[in-house]
Amino acid sequence: MKKILSFTLAFVLLLSAGLAFTACEQTEVADDFKVGFIFLHDENSTYDKNFIDAAKAAKEALGLTDEQVMFKVNIPETAECYEAAAELVDAGCDLIFADSFGHESFIMQAAEEFPEVTFCHATGTQAHTAGLDNFYNAFASIYEGRFLAGVAAGLKLNEMIAEEKITPEEAKMGYVGAYPYAEVKSGYTSFYLGAKSVCPTVTMDVKFTNSWFDIALEKEAANALIADNCVLISQHADSEGAPKACEEAGVPDVAYNLDTRNWGPNTALIASKINWQPYFEHIITATQEGTAIEQDFCKGLGDGVVQILGLNDAVAAEGTAEKLEEVKAALIAGEIKVFDTDTFTVNGEKLETYLADVDDMGDFVGETEVVADGYFHESEYRSAPYFDLDIDGITLK
Amino acid sequence: MNNKKHRRVHEPFATVVKRDGMIWYKAWGVRLLAIALALCVCSVVLVVLTGMLGNVYNPIEIFAAMFKGNFGTSRKVWNTLHDMALLLCISLAVTPAFKMKFWNIGAEGQTLIGGLCAAACMRYMGASVPPALMIPVMTVVCILSGVIWGIIPAFFKAKYNTNETLFTLMMNYVAMQLVRVMIAIWVPSGSGILQAMKVGRLPVLFGIRPLFNIIVVAVLTVGMFVYLKYSKHGYEISVVGESENTARYIGINVKKVILRTMALSGGLCGLAGMLIVAGTDYTVASGSAGGMGFTAIMVSWLAKFNPIVMVLTSLLIVFFEGGASEIATAFRLNQSIADIVTGIILFFIIGSEFFVNYKINFRSHKNHKEV
Repeated sequence: MKKILSFTLAFVLLLSAGLAFTACEQTEVADDFKVGFIFLHDENSTYDKNFIDAAKAAKEALGLTDEQVMFKVNIPETAECYEAAAELVDAGCDLIFADSFGHESFIMQAAEEFPEVTFCHATGTQAHTAGLDNFYNAFASIYEGRFLAGVAAGLKLNEMIAEEKITPEEAKMGYVGAYPYAEVKSGYTSFYLGAKSVCPTVTMDVKFTNSWFDIALEKEAANALIADNCVLISQHADSEGAPKACEEAGVPDVAYNLDTRNWGPNTALIASKINWQPYFEHIITATQEGTAIEQDFCKGLGDGVVQILGLNDAVAAEGTAEKLEEVKAALIAGEIKVFDTDTFTVNGEKLETYLADVDDMGDFVGETEVVADGYFHESEYRSAPYFDLDIDGITLK
Repeated sequence: MNNKKHRRVHEPFATVVKRDGMIWYKAWGVRLLAIALALCVCSVVLVVLTGMLGNVYNPIEIFAAMFKGNFGTSRKVWNTLHDMALLLCISLAVTPAFKMKFWNIGAEGQTLIGGLCAAACMRYMGASVPPALMIPVMTVVCILSGVIWGIIPAFFKAKYNTNETLFTLMMNYVAMQLVRVMIAIWVPSGSGILQAMKVGRLPVLFGIRPLFNIIVVAVLTVGMFVYLKYSKHGYEISVVGESENTARYIGINVKKVILRTMALSGGLCGLAGMLIVAGTDYTVASGSAGGMGFTAIMVSWLAKFNPIVMVLTSLLIVFFEGGASEIATAFRLNQSIADIVTGIILFFIIGSEFFVNYKINFRSHKNHKEV
């Protein structure tokens, strides 16, 4: 009984001390601007590293102090995300950004509860239907970057064909995808179309890991694709698994988010990424000054938001850089549309109409016509991708 | 009692002797000393680490941040209490099994399967069935699912004497994959993420979201205390835990006790899963149990299976976890620092139990520990 009494006493003491702390804390008012970032993983994930680097760069560029920028890393897509957001609000953040798709509903929950704080979220789908005036989605027309990376891959395949390492029919690429989800499908389809624009016989196999970050699974998937005669690999999953598997096997690899030449000096071909720095600078400035933030922010190559990086001369085919400049200019000018319906077929037929699930109401039913003027209007009706068709030439394994 | 008066015997150089049970204030002295030592070691580690990053912080400042991380605002106090309640709930669940020396390391999976069933109930009944009916049905379904997940390894243990540690552990993975499969079915877009559901949620009392869960767990804590201490079942669990042969000898049906206790253990985990999914997360993912199924074992052991003491041990662990994560954010250290600090502190706390229960001494007769 004494034991229990002592526990109870200790417990009550701790609680009362806690409440005392509460009393003095709440009177504090933050007079400085603060921004908080919520990341799914840490720097070990190429996806999160891309965000973290951009946040640090934006902080430098805007001259923010350490105290004004708070990072929360390894925040899972559960109620912990809401807790993290609420803690950042407690700490006086005026602006909170979260980087993962699954964070969205928890960030929305926080946005409802803390209307005075601005919440921005990458890859989310619901800002335009949520009816919240402090919650915004952002993504980029990364399909343009993927397309360019695909062109580099296609040129590499052409080089292999010219050197008679493979026949035109053997030009098969492999793709390690995370989930069979629009963001991934849009990414690999644009990559494939880029390759196809220069190498018409190319085909592609896709393997999903059903995880955004799993080094072993991604490596295994890349190895399986290589064993299945894929002569070039690309990925949309966030670890070093696939690049390292490619380096071991000596197969060219096209990366995402990060220049992977240090992992694969002899095989890393090129990478594409979203450069989040302009967006971060934009939302920080806008929140400070009280100016508008786009409900759905989506910019691309022309704005420097989508970039290609890490072109490896040791791996790339001759003339790649020049060709990329040319295609990039055409993409920016709108002369080339990535999802031009003349360049692909679905079940053997040209795509004339498609209702995409742009308004993500949880029904998974498409409601918005997205094919017009001869191309699929990706990321125009909301920032997050919604191209989720399986086109001919790509095989899901 | 003090063993010093016993005579020295020519036995090994030093022996570890079980204590008769330290007087409570002495035991707490040892524990507090261990925490103090742990904090000293943490200070050194933190000063060195922060120094390496170019900023040396005062350790007191760092520990103040830890306190603030848990109790800094009234919302944080509620969250700390809520985290504690969920951990406590699962700890209560594993306690009868561990007291019986049935190594149920499947609490994670039993919780997760309860959570999955809660999500299914919310999804299929949340909009159409009134809450007054839906919530009791959901409760029964979740508890039943946990019971099934717990009783399968118990059945094989009782019938074929299979290894329950491996069996319960593997059931965790089955539960995780089942969650992934169900999400793949429920979310045809393929994102692998079930968005938070708006219907079928547990009630929010007085505008305080964690309150409902906290009340449920408070009731369970008292219930479990009474069950283990004063009921015949509780007594049988103790006897089976001490010695199965003794239990058989005095006419206890050991198989029945194993099955019944694991059903209870699994059922409570299932209930915890419901509190997590329908009470806070409103969604389910393969990580919904968040490792609490394993941490709970520590909570239960540290409290020596006493449900009332578990209130404190679960608070302790939640406090250090919350505090450590605050340190990571406040001092711009990687979140791994949180794990390092928690690890150091737990190492000392668990280590201190050794000195509470044993003394390094010369051999003397062994006494059994009282409860």
